[in-house]
This record gives sequence, C-alpha cells and structure tokens, in this order.
Amino acid sequence: MKKSLICIGCPRGCRLEIEMEGETITVRGNSCPRGESYAKQEMTNPRRVVTAVVHTTSEQLPWLPVKTSAPFPKAAIAPLLNRLYKMTVTPPVHCGDTILEDIDGSGIHVVATESCR
Amino acid sequence: MKEEKVDVAVIGAGAAGLAAATVIAAAGRKALVIDREDFPGGILRQCIHSGFGLKYYHEELTGPEYAERATIAAQKAGASFALGCTVTDIQIDMMGEFTLVLLSAADGVRKVHADAIVLAMGCRERNRGNIATPGTRPAGVFTAGSAQKLLNLEGCLPGKTAVIVGSGDIGLIMARRLKWSGMEVKGVVEIMPHPSGLARNIAQCLEDFGIPLWLEHSVTRIIGRDRVEGVEVAPLNHGEPDMSRSFTLECDTLLYSVGLIPETELAQQAGVLLDRDTGGPLVDANYETSVSGIFSAGNVLHVHDLVDFVSEEATRMAHCVLARLDGAPSAEKVGNEVGSNLKYVVPAFHTPGATTNFSFRPLIIADEALLRAESEGKTIWEKKLRFVRPAEMISVTLPGELLGHAPITFHLQDTATR
Amino acid sequence: MIYDVAIIGAGVSGAATAWQLSRYELKTILLEKAADVGFGVSKANSGIVHGGFHHPVSSLKARLEIRGNLMFEKLHHELGFPFKRCGILVAAFSEEEMSQVRKLYNQGIANGVTNLEMCSHERMLALEPKLNSEVVGGFYCPGGGTVEPYRYVFSLVEFAVRNGTELLCNWHLTKGEYLGDHWRLTAADGGIVEARYVVNAAGLFADEVSRSCGGEEFRIHPRKGEEYLLDRSSKGCPSHVIFPVPTKHSKGVLVIPTSEGTTMIGPTADPVDDKLDTETTSAHLRRILDQVRSMVNGISHRDLITSFAGLRPVLDTEDFYIAPSQKAPAFIQVAGIQSPGLTASPAIGEYVKDLLKGEGLRLMEKLHIEYELSPRHEARHETIENLDKLHDEDPAWTHIICRCEKISEAEIVEAVRKGHTTVDGVKFYTRAGMGRCQGGFCSAKILKIISRESGIPMQELTKRGGSSRILYGTLGDLEVRL
Repeated sequence: MKKSLICIGCPRGCRLEIEMEGETITVRGNSCPRGESYAKQEMTNPRRVVTAVVHTTSEQLPWLPVKTSAPFPKAAIAPLLNRLYKMTVTPPVHCGDTILEDIDGSGIHVVATESCR
Repeated sequence: MKEEKVDVAVIGAGAAGLAAATVIAAAGRKALVIDREDFPGGILRQCIHSGFGLKYYHEELTGPEYAERATIAAQKAGASFALGCTVTDIQIDMMGEFTLVLLSAADGVRKVHADAIVLAMGCRERNRGNIATPGTRPAGVFTAGSAQKLLNLEGCLPGKTAVIVGSGDIGLIMARRLKWSGMEVKGVVEIMPHPSGLARNIAQCLEDFGIPLWLEHSVTRIIGRDRVEGVEVAPLNHGEPDMSRSFTLECDTLLYSVGLIPETELAQQAGVLLDRDTGGPLVDANYETSVSGIFSAGNVLHVHDLVDFVSEEATRMAHCVLARLDGAPSAEKVGNEVGSNLKYVVPAFHTPGATTNFSFRPLIIADEALLRAESEGKTIWEKKLRFVRPAEMISVTLPGELLGHAPITFHLQDTATR
Repeated sequence: MIYDVAIIGAGVSGAATAWQLSRYELKTILLEKAADVGFGVSKANSGIVHGGFHHPVSSLKARLEIRGNLMFEKLHHELGFPFKRCGILVAAFSEEEMSQVRKLYNQGIANGVTNLEMCSHERMLALEPKLNSEVVGGFYCPGGGTVEPYRYVFSLVEFAVRNGTELLCNWHLTKGEYLGDHWRLTAADGGIVEARYVVNAAGLFADEVSRSCGGEEFRIHPRKGEEYLLDRSSKGCPSHVIFPVPTKHSKGVLVIPTSEGTTMIGPTADPVDDKLDTETTSAHLRRILDQVRSMVNGISHRDLITSFAGLRPVLDTEDFYIAPSQKAPAFIQVAGIQSPGLTASPAIGEYVKDLLKGEGLRLMEKLHIEYELSPRHEARHETIENLDKLHDEDPAWTHIICRCEKISEAEIVEAVRKGHTTVDGVKFYTRAGMGRCQGGFCSAKILKIISRESGIPMQELTKRGGSSRILYGTLGDLEVRL
C-alpha cells in the first residue's frame, strides 16, 4: 500500500511518501528522523498533541492553557476534551504542572502551559 | 506625572520585544518593555496550540510556553516592564532624545525618556471591511484572531457552526480549535489557487477533521439579519465569481483569516517612513528606521510565518541597537530591490562589507527554485531552495565580502518546471 | 397615567421633536422599537448638513433644510455632538455639468442661501487640492457641514431625557386607538402607553404606524444607500464635502470628510422592496469607487475599513409629509423624512411643536431647563495634563481600550451607564470599535466592560438588540464529537 502525507513535525511540512508491505514501512521524502517516526506512527496509531484551556478559580487567569505531555491517540481526543472542559483548576499552577495524571492509563499527562499565581 | 529615563524603550511585549529587551538588558543597558496588555507575551498567549520554538528553543512549545520563556529570559536579563500601558505619543527633541507618553490605569500619564526606541508592535488582522465582503452586517462575524482571543482567553464560544474565510495560518489553527471546542466547521474558502497557511496546518487542522478547503472560491454574500445565517460562495473564474455555480453554506459564525498588516500607527506618528512592499517601517541593515535611533523588528517590520524567526530577527536588531548606544555611526545604506517572483526584501538596504541576513516573501509555488542576487548586471550570489511557498518566508545570510557599494536586485526562479 | 405627547420613533425626527417639547411643561414619552435610539434610518446616514441649494424652496423639505442648517451651531454648542461646518463643493467635470452647476447655484441664491460662490477650475483646486485636476469648475457653499448622525440623535434624546422626557426602547407599536380624548397605544409585548397626542415619526414604518392608528394610507418606499468608510490615513480625505452634479433621484455619490476625521464615500440610491434590506453589493462598491475616484483619485480600495447601507424613507411626492392627520385625531404625521432630513431635523422638531400647538396642545415654558449638556470628556481630545487630572478622579480615564480610536474605559462605562448596552450602542456613543481594526483587538474587552457595568451576562450581549447575540455560550456547552 502506498500513501503520501504531509509531515506535521515542523513548519517545513515535508511530503512523505510511505510504502507499507506487511509489517515493513518505508518512508521517503522526510528531511529528518522525526519525519520517519511520524509516518510510522501515523500508519499504525495516529496521535496528536492536544491543547485546550481549562477553567480556573483565578480572576487573573480564568482559563488556563494546557497540553498533553506527548502525542495522544486521535480516537481518544474527544472524550479527553469533554473531560477537560468540565474541570476547574485552583491556582497556584506552574507551567509544566500536571493537571490530569496518566490519562486512562496511557502514561500521558495533561500539563499546564502557563503559570498562574 | 511620573517621569523616568531609560536607555531603550521597547514598544510591544510580544516575541520581538521580549527578545530585544533580553539582549539589551543583558548588556547592562536599561530596557523598558511597554505593552497594552496586563501580561507580557503578546499574541502568543492566545496561541495555545503547539508548534512554536523548534528553531529558537530547540523544543516544540505552545504559544504560552514560548511567551513565558521569553518573558523569564527578559526578566532575568534585567529588563523592566510597563504593562497595561498604551503609548499615545512619541516626541523627539533637538538632541535626539525621545519622549514617550504612556497612559495606564495604574499610573495615569507617564513620560518615558529614552535614547533609542524599538518598535515591536506586531501586526493586525485584515477584516471583513478591508476586503468588502458584500451582504448584511449581522453579529457572528469575527477575525480569526479575535475569535481565538475570545475562546482561548475568555472561554467564550463564538457560535455553533462556522465558515472560515481565507486560509491563513490563524484561520486554519482556529478551524481545529473550533472542532476541539464542539463547533462545526463547514469549510475554508480561499480566493487563491493555493492555501495561504503552512502545509502542515492544512494537514493537521483541516484534513484531520475532514474540513473542506475551497480554493479559488470567494464568499460573495453574507446572509442573515441579526446573526449570521449563512454565506454564499462562488468559484472564481479569472478572478471573477461564477455565480452560475454558486452555493450556500449555512452557518452562524464567520471567521476571517485574510492576511495580516503591520501595526504602524505609532511608527508613522514618529515620522518613520514605511516600505511600500512590506507595509512596515523601511529599515537599513541595522534594522534602524528612517528616524535615527528608532529600530524595528518582528511582525511590525514584515509579517513572519514563524515566531522563531521573529525572535531571531529581534535578537540581531538588539545587537545593532547596542552598537548604536555605544557610539557606532548609522549604517551606510545601499539599496536592495526585488526583481522577479519576490514580494519584498528586508532589510531594504545593505551596508558594504557587512554580513547581512535577508528575508524574502516569495510570490510563487516551486518545488525547486533558485534565489539569485544580482549587482551591476552580474550574479554575485545564488542559492538553491526547495519547496518555495508564499506561506513561507525565505531567510538567507549573505557574506559581507559580497556586499559592495552597488545596489543589489534579488530574483527568484522556478527551476523545477524547466 | 396619560402623557401629553407620545412620539413614535426615536430617530432624528422623533428625537428632535422630543428635544423641542422637553422645554415645555409637558409629559412626553419617546417610544422606540429598536434596542437603542437612532438605530433605524438615522444611524446609516451620510451625516451631511446640507447647504439649502438642492431643492426648490417651494418644497417643505427645502424650507426646513434651510432653517435647520442655521440651527446647528447653537445645537452643537448646547449639546456637544461632533459637528463641523467644513463647507460643500459641487464639482463639475464638463461644460455640460457646469451649466447644471449654474442652475444649482441660482436655485441656492433664489432660496436665500448666502455666501455661495461660483468657482473656476483654479479656485476649486485652491479650495480643495484633493480634487482631480480635470475639474472644470463648480461652486462653493461654505454653510454646509458634517455631523455624526448617531451622536446627534443621542444628544437630542439625552437633552430631552435630562429635561423630563421618558424613553422606552424595545417598544414596538402594534395598535393605536383613540378613546375620545386620548390615545391608547399597545406594544407587541402587551405594554400600554396612553397619551393625548401622538407624533408618528416612525421613519421607514411611518406608513404602518399610520395604518395601525387609523390614519392616512400612504406608502413609504425604501431607497437604499450604500456607504463605505475609509481609514484615517487615506490619501483621498478632502477637507470639504464634495458633491458631483446631482441626478433626478439623488444628490449623487459624495466624498465626505466626517467630523471625526475619517472619510466616507457614498451613498448609492436604489429603490428596494424590503424595509430591512441593508445589504451591500460588490457592484455598488465598484460604482461608488469609480464615481468618487473620478472626483478624488487619491481614494483607493485599500483604504476601506467598513461598509454599511441605509434606507431612505421616500414618499411618492418626494417631499416631507409633516401635518396633522385628517383622519386620526390629535395625530401628527412626520413621514417621508429622507434627505435632507438630518439637516432639517431641528426645524422639523420646531415645526411639529407648532403643529401640536395648533391642534390645541398648551405649551408653557418650563421655569427651569438644563440648556446645555455637560461637556463630555474624550481621552483622544484631552491634553495629557487633563488626562492626568481625570485619572485622579477615575483611573479608567487612562485605560485605553480601543487603540485605533483611543477610547478609554471611562468612556465605555459612561455609555453603558447612559443606557447603551448593545455593542453597536457603545460603538456609536464612544467610537470604540469604529477604527481601522473594527473591533478586532478590543471587542473582547468591550464585551467584558458592558457585561460588568450592565449586569447582563457576556453570552447574552447583542450587537444591536433582538437576536443579534454576539456569542453562543461558554466552552463546555457544546459536546466535542470528532
């Protein structure tokens, strides 16, 4: 099977040509190793870094920006977001603090991307 | 009335202002960063998505993370901040000293005297009025950036179903944000035959969600009296809408992502000349504007597609500001021009013998291209480029020994189709 | 309670009538269908104070125009709305047009307009260097000017309210019955207002109001005018209002230096069927640009910052219809107030007052009237010393919200406290969001201030009342489904 993808690893947006034969995946068109791993991941278990804002009790920063600590399985993004929108965080929070630990046993956390006193 | 004296007044606490202040303060100079908002970081704070910093910080960051890093760096270097302050006037006295008038709720009117000024005000979005979309004037029409601010900083949903006009990066990023907020996105309408945003944003913000992208289409009419009810879209035929093939998209929200314009009001007030091609200040190889002592970098100078380039440019500029404060003369100016397939070159001047970084905005799509510098009828430098896109700025460095006393014209050639 | 006078419609005619009546010992009520005053015909107006030469003096509109024009200085002084007597130039670009100009000039002289001046090519260019050099000649009317129409209406209403007039917005008349000695007016929401006299100043809907009160049958024909606003930095901003030679149905497409320093181009004049049709079209934009560029070629489509359209309420006679109804008792018709209605409006107010007197309304001057509205501070017009003093009273004076037009938080708060709780109401009262970014940077801040000051939740705020809600809800209100 052949497929072409745009790499989302960096702004360069390389066009990846992927060939899948059984378990073997060959990637061409990438300018760096990240392109290859992205292509392989995308063909087997596509993931994305998820970002959102979570409500806080702070007047200074009523919505705290957060992200997943690693690319998160695409299929599980919607439930994660719905869960995040129901949460309320109480400051202080520091950039990098875990807001939601080990989402559904994935080993991936939701972390704050801004500090709030 | 509070008055103070600093070495450099930096207007704007976005990526450019923060990077400049960091360098200037680290050299022991007094830098004051002024911003309208109560938080430093500029537009980065509302760009909660990731994808920033790979080049500048060697790590993929979100906008707020990038902003926080840049802010901490400036603070650590010793820069001070005047937040919640609007600069309303820049005066220049006979001795070349600048006086800035700042208004803020905290201090009322405040005067800041400075030996040099850095203009780092960023840019603003073009809107519905600028492109004169016909139709009604209902609620529900936003620029992509203002919707981003409402959603990411205030938690407000602008509507339920949206159409995005223009395929600029902010519009693409917002398409995904709306989907991730529970809204429907009916599509992105772009008048050009190619998207204006980065390829990876087409992939991860539209294709991931199956959002259609209508290239060479135009919104010909906004429908709805009180609130947006839909838009009429038509394909373009030699630039004119073909109404026989028009269709209607029902939606309650319209987001405009139709380009950015340098925010030059203060620059003009200070007498700074503008570059017709970029819309930003005209600068020399030291990023100094036509007004001696006023420097400029970042999106107010020319609209960048990556914040990393903004930080890099502002860092380069800041070293020039320092040199100037240390008594270096104004740069000798030799004009640069753009020839084929380039919209602009920044800086518009070079200094003979000085190694210079040039930024260009290409006007063509080419998988392989040749960027060529020509002087006195001869090619003095050339470089092969891959994947040239109008969405992506070209940034190159030319060694000083090639830059002489004759003007340079830059050309871009598509070499793939030949 | 029974009011002495109920005025239906708080546009420029109704507001001017209320302004006049508020000087007398009367109980007056001003009823407005929209969420704020001046939100109908009046807000989408060119804002020209006309010179009195466009119409023959045999028409009522010309007489009221000439009288109204002369009243603006005093009104401006008393009420403080932006007004500039910048002068009008009528420009001719051919000998044929020049003969038209001469006719217009003679009509002006016959109408008794003073200081009119026939101009040569050189004189025209000396007066207005932005004019295209092909101008053949024209004439100059120094008495013409510009006003911010919505600010003018707000000021008239503010004066009237300050002097005892009551104002009800969102009040939509459905029925009026005369009960022998007074009127009983019913609103769509069931609200009742009773008054001895009724003034029908309902603009585009004056025909419907007349019908629902048993008055004369007539028809208001909407005539659409599209206008485009240019950035302050436009190279095509003249210092006089520039008119072309007029056509039969319209005074033509103009270049208007607004009293706030921006430039407006338009309006078109096209009959439409729908009284709510305020759409703009690209064909008309092109036509306007072509026409104004033939007069001032410094104007560019790059300067556009926004567009709008307004509807003129036109009667078959093309004249104003201001008279006591012959069918409905104690009922004054103020209909067909198209151009030059804004110019004529102070005189319309006076005229209606006299008509009411003729119908038996007793007018007794109040002993105490507040003749002048206290001057409004505006951060953009203050010196920094004054701003510093204002800041001592209220720090919001030096908190700039709208960067393009330099509007402070204090001005927005004042607008909301005066009852302007829609985004457009605040915009028209303060100019916040009216500049080149059109609210791109400041709309979130403005929404927050309106919500804080009015107590209306942010999600319920509207652009201009009705169902024009700005936002849908809060993050989390919609379930994410991918």
